[in-house]
Amino acid sequence: MDYILIIISAVFVNNIVMTQFLGICPFIGVSNKVDTSMGMAGAVMFVMVIATMVTYLLQQYILEWLGIPFMQTVVFILVIAALVQLVEIILKKVSPAMYQALGIFLPLITTNCTILGVAILAVQKEYNLMESVVYAFSNAAGFGLALITFAGIREQLDLVNIPKSMKGVPIAFIIAGLLAMAFMGFAGIVK
Amino acid sequence: MNNLKNFTKGFIKENPVLVLFLGLCPTLGTSNSAINGLSMGLATTFVLVLSNVVISSISRFIPDKVRIPSYIVVIASFVTVVDFMMKAYLNTPGKNFEPSIYDQLGIFIPLIVVNCIVLGRAEAFASKNGVFASLIDGLGMGLGFAFALFMLGSVRELLGNGSILGFKFIKGDGMLMFVSPPGAFLALGFLIMLMRKLNQKLAKN
Amino acid sequence: MAKKESNFTNMLATLLIVTFASSAALGFIYELTKKPIEDALLYKKTLAVQIVLPEFNNDPFGEAKRVAVGKDTLNIYPGRKDSVLTGVAVETSAPGYGGDIRLLIGFLPDGTIREVAVLEHKETAGLGDKILKSKSDFPLQFEGKNPDNFKLGVRKDGAGEVDAISASTITSRAYCKAVQKAYDALKKGEIENE
Repeated sequence: MDYILIIISAVFVNNIVMTQFLGICPFIGVSNKVDTSMGMAGAVMFVMVIATMVTYLLQQYILEWLGIPFMQTVVFILVIAALVQLVEIILKKVSPAMYQALGIFLPLITTNCTILGVAILAVQKEYNLMESVVYAFSNAAGFGLALITFAGIREQLDLVNIPKSMKGVPIAFIIAGLLAMAFMGFAGIVK
Repeated sequence: MNNLKNFTKGFIKENPVLVLFLGLCPTLGTSNSAINGLSMGLATTFVLVLSNVVISSISRFIPDKVRIPSYIVVIASFVTVVDFMMKAYLNTPGKNFEPSIYDQLGIFIPLIVVNCIVLGRAEAFASKNGVFASLIDGLGMGLGFAFALFMLGSVRELLGNGSILGFKFIKGDGMLMFVSPPGAFLALGFLIMLMRKLNQKLAKN
Repeated sequence: MAKKESNFTNMLATLLIVTFASSAALGFIYELTKKPIEDALLYKKTLAVQIVLPEFNNDPFGEAKRVAVGKDTLNIYPGRKDSVLTGVAVETSAPGYGGDIRLLIGFLPDGTIREVAVLEHKETAGLGDKILKSKSDFPLQFEGKNPDNFKLGVRKDGAGEVDAISASTITSRAYCKAVQKAYDALKKGEIENE
């Protein structure tokens, strides 16, 4: 498998937010400002790569070995929840500056379905360890791209006069729809 | 607490998707047709009801600090049960190889576990209330979720394909955009707006 | 309801009990659904083979052969009636517009294409999904043709005799490519009468 293919496919063609519909909650929830969405994107990238790596190793070497692949969902979600806590504690001690920037987003990440989704998809697609890591990294980049672009548009939206019942979430969905249309233009670039 | 009220609040007043904005990923991802939306809604209802019942009956034995992890294990177990059941019994392709319902819902079945509605109800309702009340709450919230998904799925299928649940109402291809990703966002945006209008009307009366 | 005090022993005990109960229950369900799941997966495969192949009474999966064509390895399933070869089904794929297009192609023993089934595709609704028989006549162009004297390529590219689906040239090219790959595998696989 070609790494470049995985990257382009995950960032643009099969963008995790705009075409796979994962991570919609933070996409709508924390996209009011560009700098908060950058923080969120950073935290997601950090956790996603580590989580995918750990769950991959667990699946291949523990679950398969014990003959209990059916515990996948239970084990993955527990590991991800524990991992997020661990990252939070380590980050606090090792790099307070980074904790300042990403800290408030970490608790939100456990229920961010992109993390569990990508971990399961990497196993389903039968990637090897390196491919899984690249896959996780590029999906996180795709998430960041969609989130930050969207936040940029929403910042402008505050200044616009829109009908009362459309304010807030409904108009955000309409904008997201238009953005998804733009992302559809990327289809076909992977041949 | 009034059980009937507990049951009906999930549909309009506190609809998890259209009013509380919970569980948006499966809502958008599985609503490309009415049947897909409905199946996802019912699968989630199954998990919600059973995890609510189990959690409400064991919550008093669980130490406070390991509350959330224990709930997650219970929920994830029921999700796995649904996953196996659907893989076994809802996995027959159509005669033109239309993918089976299990294949169409795909990754969204294991992801029920991170659906905020499920853990949210466990923490906010089931851990504080009795078994029967929790069962009703789970059923109401789950069916409210299924209702929203079915609505969105029907709208998208009707506009995009001219049919609902496979029955053709409008000739021709329809507006194909509505069965593809952008249509999901647009349709949900308008549906939320309509729901707001409706709730405002109800509040006035 | 009063909150229960947490101490190390009861936290550990609770977690152990909960996870143990969960794994026991799931193990039970796993055993229970194992057979139906396998049946469902097998049915999916046989359904396609039954459609694309002429009558057969052997087990095409039992006689499956793996053939390397270029970078890929294709599965081919021979169908026989009373040990006379009636046809060969070849599983093939090529990257289309939205992702891989997976096809199962039924060939007659002389290499003529009998029928094509689309196993999986992610093409755009209303455009690329015209590769489905239920949506357009595009796939009918291939039936009854022998790739030996029917050039598999899109006509407007000057590459062959296939009329592309309008506005879905990439999809059409991928479809041709997948069929060609299947044909190459068939020739290389050299499946004969027993």
